[in-house]
Amino acid sequence: MPMEKSQRPLSPHLQIYRPQLTSVLSITHRGSGIALAIGTLVLVYWLLAAASGAEAYASAQHLLGSWFGRVVLLGFSYALFFHLCNGIRHLFWDAGVGFELQTAYASGKAVVIVSIVLTLGAWALAYAMRGGA
Amino acid sequence: MKFRTPLARVRGLGSARSGTHHWWMQRLTAIALVPLTLWFVASLIMVVTADHVTAIRWLHSPLVTILCSVLIVALFYHAQLGLQVVIEDYVHSEWRKLVIIVFMKLVSLLLASAALFAVLSIAFAN
Repeated sequence: MPMEKSQRPLSPHLQIYRPQLTSVLSITHRGSGIALAIGTLVLVYWLLAAASGAEAYASAQHLLGSWFGRVVLLGFSYALFFHLCNGIRHLFWDAGVGFELQTAYASGKAVVIVSIVLTLGAWALAYAMRGGA
Repeated sequence: MKFRTPLARVRGLGSARSGTHHWWMQRLTAIALVPLTLWFVASLIMVVTADHVTAIRWLHSPLVTILCSVLIVALFYHAQLGLQVVIEDYVHSEWRKLVIIVFMKLVSLLLASAALFAVLSIAFAN
């Protein structure tokens, strides 16, 4: 059934509200989820390259190891760790835990800090494994 | 509530006829993905910094093949559930919504199949 445009007043729209940590993390969760879904293309490409043989794998490694590839992977890894940490926060909410305003803000701050630490840690480990290159 | 029949109430499927299935599967795959993702990222850091032989040898082991397969299934199931909600929220034309959701689901299936094919072909190669 086609919906007619109603002439009734709408509730205040998103841009009326001052962004808060909770609302910013909420939309970032969705944004990072979309980015990760698109990023699965990289995973599929890498797996297919590994299955295709040493030559295809080497060119995939070359592409992903270039400065552009590293920037994409950095963004991808942060999106992953953010979505992971905030997803765990959501799972606690699903269990009915952590809805108090103070707790919601504290867990939000924890998500930001832990996701940054995990991203930096992962890259530090990768560079250490590679021997500085 | 008094307009609902006893059968509709006991089925608990609501007007969309799917009940809590979407919500529940999103949580189930999310819970599975927490340890799987951490394991995969940690392993990947070790693997991608080495050569092709190391990557193949890693993917060749039965445990890694199984865990990678489960990861791929859970990941793409979770991703298409999430994308479906995003499309439902922002696309307001009914037929356009339907077309985009069907396209997205088929692409997800294609990517999941490609990833599974890659993992299994490495596992079963000599």
